[in-house]
Amino acid sequence: MTDYCQNMSKAVVSLQPSGIRRFFDIANEMDNVISLSIGEPDFTTPWHVRQEGIRTLEEGKTWYSPNRGFIELRNEISRFMERHYSLSYKPESEILVTVGGSEAIDLTIRSLINPGDEVLIPEPSFVCYKPLTIMAGGVPVIIETKKEDKFKLTAEELADKITPKTKLLILPFPNNPTGAVMRRSDLEAISKIIIENNIMVLSDEIYGELTYGGTKHVSAAEIDGMKERTVVVNGFSKAYAMTGWRLGFAAGPKAVIKQMTKLHQYGIMSAPTTSQYAAIEALKNGDDDISYMRGEYDIRRRFIVNGFNSMGLNCFEPEGAFYVFPCISGTGLSSEQFCEQLLHSERVAVIPGAAFGACGEGFVRVSYSYSLKHITEALSRIEHFIKSV
Amino acid sequence: MDKLLELLSENAKLTAEQLAVMLNLTTQQVSEKIEQYEKDGIIIGYKTLINWEKVDKSKAIALIGLRVTPKQDNGFDEIAGRIMQFDEVESVYLMSGGYDLTVKVCGKSMQDIAAFVMRRLAPLDSVLSTATHFILTRYKDGGVILNKDKEQDERRSVLCD
Repeated sequence: MTDYCQNMSKAVVSLQPSGIRRFFDIANEMDNVISLSIGEPDFTTPWHVRQEGIRTLEEGKTWYSPNRGFIELRNEISRFMERHYSLSYKPESEILVTVGGSEAIDLTIRSLINPGDEVLIPEPSFVCYKPLTIMAGGVPVIIETKKEDKFKLTAEELADKITPKTKLLILPFPNNPTGAVMRRSDLEAISKIIIENNIMVLSDEIYGELTYGGTKHVSAAEIDGMKERTVVVNGFSKAYAMTGWRLGFAAGPKAVIKQMTKLHQYGIMSAPTTSQYAAIEALKNGDDDISYMRGEYDIRRRFIVNGFNSMGLNCFEPEGAFYVFPCISGTGLSSEQFCEQLLHSERVAVIPGAAFGACGEGFVRVSYSYSLKHITEALSRIEHFIKSV
Repeated sequence: MDKLLELLSENAKLTAEQLAVMLNLTTQQVSEKIEQYEKDGIIIGYKTLINWEKVDKSKAIALIGLRVTPKQDNGFDEIAGRIMQFDEVESVYLMSGGYDLTVKVCGKSMQDIAAFVMRRLAPLDSVLSTATHFILTRYKDGGVILNKDKEQDERRSVLCD
């Protein structure tokens, strides 16, 4: 019999699984579970966007697209970046259409990292940066963001972690799971250090359209001197409720995009054709959809933050994405214990903060990408649970 | 449209406190706005949507198309005014198209409604004709889907795999 252990890539085997698999397995087998755990919009893709996908399928437009993505789509992406962030990217050479933002993250890291290069990763954050860094031969260096700093990356903490080997900084803002955002002044504060130390930046702005409180998201590339060293990753999943279409993009310096395109070309060929046609429609006529959904999320955000605070779970006010990150350390439980007991006694599923990095311990991630009715029910169950522990 | 109206139109049971949190207003501001809307006749009532079919199987609803002779001075207003006095009548609309008025009538049974049309509506002076359409099944009413199977969230966690 084949000894698979011997045949596997050692690097892959060494990757940590996400660690909460067991927890989800339990949740999936229970009845009457009310979940606030899902990290994708509850809205369906706007109808006019779906219709465009259907139309092109009916017309038989089912072939590969060019490696970089249809030029019509790259033109629209370029206009989008101009319209929303006053950034200008050349559609021919500075934009690459990818299979979701995830692929763009992978390509950016693999294109920039040589073995031994250090990659700075602020945590808590989405789970992919560390494993992708390791697979590229890089060394992940974690920067722990703190609640007292509103989970922002501060200049001091960044400076502390920089070494001669530092190659790349990941900027995961607006942040999953904390909902933290970096405002213009926050970005300006870190940009000096980034430029002085000649570090490249991967700015994961997949939640860029979902910020609240009146001020729009500022892209890291908008800050003076940053565009030339920043790859902006964005996509259609969160802004246009298009998760299943698997479509994202990277915008950055020509030289980086050129290398990323090679990897994309050999590994993926091209992003899904139908999705690209739909995305053109989304970019052309979807700005109103974004503001509608953002308005709805904002109502839920206020409601859920208030709910947690009034039941005594102190909740940092998130300004972006669609998550809240209440502190549960007052219960005396670890985040995993909290989630497990909450699931067993009240049948509510939320995610342990520790899943997003060690410094997420003491918190849980709660998604408000659910109807108000659903959130109301979940909150009342959580409150019941809090009173019992 | 005002978000306050939108939220209330979906759920009239939301309290002023809850609405205030959602809309970033004070409770007093919300109460005042609602009061103003009520005064201005913009909010005209609060009702409960009831799935009557579950309570009383024989209950019936009909939409009745009426062709009527309009009056010289007040057109359709007089006849509409008369028809809306009947307790059985839930709604009266002036329509474009084949009928002048559409009247929504609720009754204890189909016979009950039939009797109402024959004895009360049809004999009215200016009514030329009636066409009664019984509702067989209400799938969605007032924006709410009736008899919905338990909602299934088709989204799956991608984090764990």
